[in-house]
Amino acid sequence: MSGQVTIVKGHNRRGGGWALSGLAWIVGILFVLPVLWMLLTSFHSEENAAKNPPDLAAPLTLDGYRSFFSTGPWPSIANSLTASILSTALVILLAFPAAYALSIRPVRKWTDVLFFFLSTKMLPVVAGLLPIYLFAQSVGFLDNIWLLIILYTSMNLPIAVWMLRSFLSEVPVEILEAASVDGASLTRTLRSVVAPVVTPGIASAALICFIFSWNELLFARVLTGTVAQTAPVFLTGFVTSQGLFLAKVCAASIVVSLPVLIAGFAAQDKLVQGLSLGAVK
Amino acid sequence: MSTETEARPGRRRHATETAGSQGTVMRKAGDWARRGPLLPALIFMIVVTQLPFVVTIVVSFMDWNAYYPDERGFAGFANFRRVLTDANTRHAIWVTILLTAGVVLLSLVLGLLIALLLDRKFRGRGAVRTMMITPFLVVPVAAALLWKHALYNPTYGLFNGVLKWIFGANAPQPDWISNQPLWSIIFALVWQWTPFMMLILLAGLQSRPLDVIEAAGIDGANQWEIFRYMTLPHLRQYLELSALLGSIYVVQNFDAVFTITSGGLGTANLPYTIYQTFYTAHDYGRASAAGVIVVIGTILIATFALRSVSTLFREETGR
Repeated sequence: MSGQVTIVKGHNRRGGGWALSGLAWIVGILFVLPVLWMLLTSFHSEENAAKNPPDLAAPLTLDGYRSFFSTGPWPSIANSLTASILSTALVILLAFPAAYALSIRPVRKWTDVLFFFLSTKMLPVVAGLLPIYLFAQSVGFLDNIWLLIILYTSMNLPIAVWMLRSFLSEVPVEILEAASVDGASLTRTLRSVVAPVVTPGIASAALICFIFSWNELLFARVLTGTVAQTAPVFLTGFVTSQGLFLAKVCAASIVVSLPVLIAGFAAQDKLVQGLSLGAVK
Repeated sequence: MSTETEARPGRRRHATETAGSQGTVMRKAGDWARRGPLLPALIFMIVVTQLPFVVTIVVSFMDWNAYYPDERGFAGFANFRRVLTDANTRHAIWVTILLTAGVVLLSLVLGLLIALLLDRKFRGRGAVRTMMITPFLVVPVAAALLWKHALYNPTYGLFNGVLKWIFGANAPQPDWISNQPLWSIIFALVWQWTPFMMLILLAGLQSRPLDVIEAAGIDGANQWEIFRYMTLPHLRQYLELSALLGSIYVVQNFDAVFTITSGGLGTANLPYTIYQTFYTAHDYGRASAAGVIVVIGTILIATFALRSVSTLFREETGR
């Protein structure tokens, strides 16, 4: 009897399945549409980009990109790359030993330490900005990319510690014990037992840190000027731009988002685990 | 703070570790070896995030405006009084609450519905998932520029363009941002944050024990009952986690407010107001007082939220 019921249910599900799959496709397209629109607009001439209703068949051109690159964005892109890559490296350097201490051979009260790290993320950035600004001003550290590198490291370190801890706790304790019985040193154990298991985890933590550093605006806007300006700050130069620069604005947005888009698409699966601080497998 | 207890050498070991029997003496020696790797990160975080905040507290009790350097001095609670009685700041507090709650709730509900849609097997599921993630991967300033100029703009934005496609030359052409400034920001942020919620909830859905759900189906539970009594309780901690993480980021939002309205039209939230008080008005005392108030508010909400979320982490903490 129950078998018959499930068969009927199976039919029902398949019957509604078409509609639900279609709906999923429509929702996906709606969400990606603004980005596709930005992409299309970036390849239109300014005149065609500002048409209403829009002219979908307008000829494509690279003028938007040409006019964006003529505004000299390269130094700010280079600054963003420097700040993001160096701070990510620093984060991993600091977070890996900490995560090791918190997972494989936990110190006492380790959950408190872990939640301390997370609580620093809840401290609104803007509440610590003024002292940092005053300090940087008094020691002549304003408009210096190293200031951003240090701040981005503190911004991402808690996330990385949480993520790496969750990856490290997947290393089987038995293997570690076996290694210590065999007399392997700490560095040896880290290199040949722990590292292979957590390398993908480190890669995804690094990716997330890179993305957050690349995206950051508030610190960069307040603490940098002409020399250390980052790509998002460069983009804010377009905030007030009105009228005939839509293609240029779209081209600029695409170029600045490109590194994050590429990195994000390449590591979709790891992204979830990373964004949820490793709590979701 | 947790760090103080941490620095003291401990006598009792973590319960689960006692099982890994080795000599007590060796353990004591190992205490510092264990703590060592943690210290650089811990010290770094305290210096870079806690020290500045202590300074913020000190400054919040001072009269300090960079335009009037001679009037610097102790102010007592005057800054706090001014911040809390100021209509602008109170409005900013309200905007912050509306913006955070609106964005987190809307993107959570949308994210859940989309996660349920994507939890089924269908042709092109991977492609749809990739499309869904895209908004989250656009640089926030770029995303805000996209909404402001390419979508909302009353003369050449896509929204009004679509209206003209549908209703012809006489179609209504609303000025979206001027008419609904706060909703304009909320929608742009919901678009960016729904993928984030969806990703976590989808992972939660896929970690459900399928055999139990099949058994429930055989026992005659219908789809709604399975969702209500099995899926939803299982998802609860994932919902809490995504709400917590979403709130942490959205409450601090600066990029969208700065870009879409520049804080105008009554959309200035607390981060933006503090940024202005400090960066434009140079009133350091008042900006710090507002900062301290934000932190107190965040701590109140966070302690509550953390307690419920910590169960999720506790499950895998037996090490």
